[in-house]
Amino acid sequence: MITRWVVRRLDDRLGVSPALRTGMNRVFPDHWSFLLGEVATYAFVYLLLSGTFLTFFFDPSTVKTVYEGGYRPLHGAEVSAAYASTVQLSWDVRFGLVVRQSHHWAALLFAGAVVVHLARVFFTGAFRRPRGVNWAVGVTLLLFTVVAGFTGYSLPDDLLSAMGLHVANSVLLSIPVIGTWLAFLVFGGEFPGAAISQRMYIAHVLLVPGLMAALIVLHGWLVVRRRHGQFPGLGRTETNVVGPRLWPARAVRSLGILFAVIALCLLLGGLVQINPVWLWGPYEPGAALGPAQPDWYLGWVDGALRLYPGWEPILFGYRLPNMFVPSVLLPGGTFLALYLWPVLERLWTHDRRPHHLLDRPRDHPVRTGIGVMALTFYALLLTSWSLDVISRYTGIPVFTLVGVFRVGVLTVPLLTGAIALVLARGLRDSGADRLSEMSWSGLRAGWRRRREEDTEVPTEPAPVADLEQPPAMPEDLEPVRVEPGPVP
Amino acid sequence: MSDRAVERWVAGCFLAAAACAVGFVVGYVVDSGPQVTGGLLGAACALVALGLLLWSARLLPDGTFVEEREPPAPTEADQDAVTEALGRGAVSRTGLLRRTFLLAGVSLAAAVVVPLRSLLSPGSTHPDRALSETDWRRGRRMQTREGDLVRAGDLQIGDTLTVFPEGFPEADDSATVLVRVDPRELRRPTARGAAGAVDGILAFSKLCTHAGCPVGLYEQESRQLLCPCHQSVFDVLDKAQPVAGPAGRALPQLPLAVDHQGYLVADGEFQGQVGPTYWRHA
Repeated sequence: MITRWVVRRLDDRLGVSPALRTGMNRVFPDHWSFLLGEVATYAFVYLLLSGTFLTFFFDPSTVKTVYEGGYRPLHGAEVSAAYASTVQLSWDVRFGLVVRQSHHWAALLFAGAVVVHLARVFFTGAFRRPRGVNWAVGVTLLLFTVVAGFTGYSLPDDLLSAMGLHVANSVLLSIPVIGTWLAFLVFGGEFPGAAISQRMYIAHVLLVPGLMAALIVLHGWLVVRRRHGQFPGLGRTETNVVGPRLWPARAVRSLGILFAVIALCLLLGGLVQINPVWLWGPYEPGAALGPAQPDWYLGWVDGALRLYPGWEPILFGYRLPNMFVPSVLLPGGTFLALYLWPVLERLWTHDRRPHHLLDRPRDHPVRTGIGVMALTFYALLLTSWSLDVISRYTGIPVFTLVGVFRVGVLTVPLLTGAIALVLARGLRDSGADRLSEMSWSGLRAGWRRRREEDTEVPTEPAPVADLEQPPAMPEDLEPVRVEPGPVP
Repeated sequence: MSDRAVERWVAGCFLAAAACAVGFVVGYVVDSGPQVTGGLLGAACALVALGLLLWSARLLPDGTFVEEREPPAPTEADQDAVTEALGRGAVSRTGLLRRTFLLAGVSLAAAVVVPLRSLLSPGSTHPDRALSETDWRRGRRMQTREGDLVRAGDLQIGDTLTVFPEGFPEADDSATVLVRVDPRELRRPTARGAAGAVDGILAFSKLCTHAGCPVGLYEQESRQLLCPCHQSVFDVLDKAQPVAGPAGRALPQLPLAVDHQGYLVADGEFQGQVGPTYWRHA
């Protein structure tokens, strides 16, 4: 048997059998929503692979060169080496365009998977003890995702990304007291700055992905170490893990997901055009194009910039830059709230116990309400990111839309949050399994509870999962204990 | 479906994936373009994925297992042992050593922050000075991006032109937009800014006072400059005051004059802070 031979050779050298056996027999709780983190990880793997290919052809220098390549309309134009090499790798390097476009698509997919994964962890309470540290690691990964994305699409030195860099420079400048120095240190001088291109390059291909890779390993190691949480159900308790074993079905499925993610990136990269920098043209001082939008994971900040009115109050004799609130305070506050959420919830519920059984969103209506409120708020900001485009297609004047969204972004989240809160309460109290099964009386009960609690001190009952007596173990559940032992 | 049938489907997926891979190589060799190569390689991966997912879901032994979780924290005895082991590092004058070590650490950390100043490229001017001045000087002529000098007659009513100080076509913060309006409009009582105009030509900083994007669009009907980034709108006939959108300040005006050769020149620096607002005395 060849397998036996391989195992013996490996053991002679590395002694892996016990660990391998434990690993393969390890039980993982299973639910479709647990795959989101896996999708994100595999998108990151594809980003590393495709990005490595791109580094062989891209030159981050801003030295001027004359473009002589496959894209005719640019022939003879004097452009930076960064722009020329980007167009070159798109038009003249065979398969280069597919890799470049699939890299960009993979970045959008990665950010999307990260955000949906974060929402899953939030709504199921999977950030509670003992997973608080891993929540913080995950939020940091989201932060790095945004930095990696921005430094990535700003590299080609095209006109569109130059406008993004203009905005980034202004964001730094708007920070009171230290803003001017911060902007000049980051850019290496006044915009456009002699050094920013090289700095973004090394950040994008080494610093940020290096840190992210380390954090992803830590993130996964903590999941393995702390074990994955599981939804309550037959035979599932706070002290056990119920689900399939890693080997073979789950491992093969995971490999399948890896290939599915790569397939999606390649198909999008081959068939759907993204960021055609040769159409935007190279960066030129004083030039601009429209409509101009950043990638979606920064769209909410851009939307906030469009909605925030032109206020610049004088504070202590200094003029407060207009951009400070929407582009520094808002994102800063967002990430601060994300980092602090587990602590805030602990203070609110006084629940300090470790939880391995996950909540369904209804189990914690206040959290669900706040989560839906936040999601609505950011979704509306993200929509505001393209108000000029919406205006073009609908014919509604852009400033009418801005007015509507200014009101909407402050009111609609309160409404959706309240609806989510009432629905969650109704579901929890009526015991209906899903929304379609809930009766009107169940819904009314959820509404009345809300009204009553408004007059009292709101108290949230502790999650009940671990107080329930676990049902007796069904017979088809075969307990498996894996004892590491000497290899025969 | 029987196991045999599923096996045939999975094998079919893998065979088709292999065929797509071969097709990809052929497509690559004959340079058939991104749609074919990307599509075929993507299809190959998708078929492998499909095969693996079918294999995993229908053929491999599955089942539900129960494992006890490890205790959440190590035992107290373990923790005590670690605490005790750490205590071995204690010496008689721990307090003194700890404080001086802390002082050394903090000083060192503060010291290594200072060289961050080097991030400002050599030869750069101090931020406050760099931000408060551009390359415009009284009497400096204006050139287009291509290097042509500009005369008043080069612009018709309704035209716009982006200009730079002569010899500084790369100076981002000096980018200026010339707009020519009918001079009679500037004599209206509501119109301001006529002082710096020449024959109805007005000059404004091209950097939006909101986020620093170049104000790229001119709407001739309404005499308004519009920024494509966040839709700030400035009224050319009213000293480029913001009339809509998020900008909070007017575009600084550059006073114009004509030199003895008939070329347009700057008659001084911009009147106001160029570009996005930064933290400075109001």
